[in-house]
Amino acid sequence: MPGEPTSPVLTLSFKIEGRDFKASGEASARIKRTLEQVGLGWDVIRRAAIVLYEAEMNIVIHAWRGLLRADISPDRIVITAEDEGPGIADLSLAMKEGFSTAPAEIREMGFGAGLGLPNIKKHSDHLEITSEVGAGTRLTAIIIVPVNATSS
Amino acid sequence: MGQYFHSVTLDREKCRGCTNCIKRCPTEAIRVREGKARIFEERCVDCGECIRACPNHAKSALTDKLERLADFAYTVALPAPAFYGQFRRTSTPEAVLRTLQGVGFDDVFEVSVAASAAAYAIRAYMSRETYARPLISSACPAVVRLIQVRFPSLLDHIIPIESPMEVAAAQARALAVAATGLPEEKIGLFFITPCAAKVTAVKQPVGRTTSRVNGVVSMSDVYGLAVKRLKDNPVGQSRQLATASGIRWGRAGGENAEISQGEMLAVDGIHNVITVLTEVEKGRLTDVDYLEAQACVGGCIGGPLVPENPFVARANIKAMADAVGDRALPFGPGELEAMYGAGHFLMEKAIPPRPVLQLDDDVPRAMAKVELLESTVALLPNLDCGSCGSPSCRALAEDIVRGLAFETDCIFKLRERVRDLAAEMKELAEKVPPSMERPAIEPKSGE
Repeated sequence: MPGEPTSPVLTLSFKIEGRDFKASGEASARIKRTLEQVGLGWDVIRRAAIVLYEAEMNIVIHAWRGLLRADISPDRIVITAEDEGPGIADLSLAMKEGFSTAPAEIREMGFGAGLGLPNIKKHSDHLEITSEVGAGTRLTAIIIVPVNATSS
Repeated sequence: MGQYFHSVTLDREKCRGCTNCIKRCPTEAIRVREGKARIFEERCVDCGECIRACPNHAKSALTDKLERLADFAYTVALPAPAFYGQFRRTSTPEAVLRTLQGVGFDDVFEVSVAASAAAYAIRAYMSRETYARPLISSACPAVVRLIQVRFPSLLDHIIPIESPMEVAAAQARALAVAATGLPEEKIGLFFITPCAAKVTAVKQPVGRTTSRVNGVVSMSDVYGLAVKRLKDNPVGQSRQLATASGIRWGRAGGENAEISQGEMLAVDGIHNVITVLTEVEKGRLTDVDYLEAQACVGGCIGGPLVPENPFVARANIKAMADAVGDRALPFGPGELEAMYGAGHFLMEKAIPPRPVLQLDDDVPRAMAKVELLESTVALLPNLDCGSCGSPSCRALAEDIVRGLAFETDCIFKLRERVRDLAAEMKELAEKVPPSMERPAIEPKSGE
């Protein structure tokens, strides 16, 4: 779906701190609640919730700090996660299920199973990742809202 | 009554309009208006948190009174497993059951027996069907309704197997017909309930059109009468048939213990259930096969209509279960398999969503309301004091956007407005028409 959406856009963005496990998941929860208030259909909301959460946790686990942003319009949700962090050396490897660079203490907490990016890919209609080692990563995931998919 | 039946009701006389219930409600279903609590019926899941939270006992559960037994030629009590938890180890399980006959029922059929049968059906479903993981138990009606209202995307995770109460009613009716020769409609089946949610599950079921249960009596109402009967050393012909594992369904973890198949997780207390369902929604618990989820802390023994302290009841359940021990069910695996094959355990229909968060049916309009909501929240003090009658500043902002409240309902905003007005009045008060202005008094020299 090329081109800019012509319909209104609602933008929400949240700062995320690396290793802040106390607040982790709050940004994605807030955006999910907004999606429910807008009413974009339960399947879309469920998929967006998974993408948002995984993207947020990727920043918390791997990066120093970042921004989680959602641009919501009636026909699509564009999720952007941009971080300052170590970057991803081998993107195709990172997309493989079970591959993880998360350190042992993070795995102890039940995270870092290597399912984050594959899960994001599985639940989005379009995914783009650019990364620079030593600088950071930018992820853009798009979820298309099917016609007549509202929640009510 | 509107679209929804609710067991949880308010006694307006007793309500003082405090904020205890609005703060505890897991679906933000209560507001204080005109000095009294008001329940939004489309949001209420009948969990009973407000019954527990209310210091004035203004919230109660509508249940059937024992006088309703007279409407039937033959009555059967269906005690929830939690009923066993109301009696100390000095009573035998048989005596506990017979007290119900003393209270006025013709016979008793333990829901614990049906729980064991339901466990068979759940195991069969888990090993034969494909399903979204984790499967979520259908036993607690407050949790099922919570999912309808707050987690509609998880509705297809609810196992479509009927609750032990409905399974018990089917078995009890068949047995009563066989024993008495009476037509089905002359037999009255009464569930002895630990909670309000089960009343709603009978009056307005979700997985079927009508419940098989005819009435629901509060465990508290029966308890006083039953205890008196216990002292008379009751006699009766009802046989105690439940096994230890069926009795343990009365407390948290008992359901999983009996099913005991695959990866399992158990959660109790509705606020805890919300945190776990949030994890499920994020896709984090796909390695779990079965989720036992109960709205009350401690499980059904923690129900709002249960007289005994839940921790004491837990010990009582253990003592009763130990006294009974593991033994054969009144039906063999062949019988259970035939029932499963005939679809006896399956719900009749899908559980519909009851979404309440959407701000407008029209998506662009809803988006505009979200913008307004966010800008309104930013102006509120975010102290969540509840004085406006809404449970939090965010909830007040939602109410304002929905046209149900005003910004000046916030006492801090109101005070700000009064202060600004006062400042303006003071400023105006000092202004005088030029004709009345006096010349400034010149200070005298030398002073």
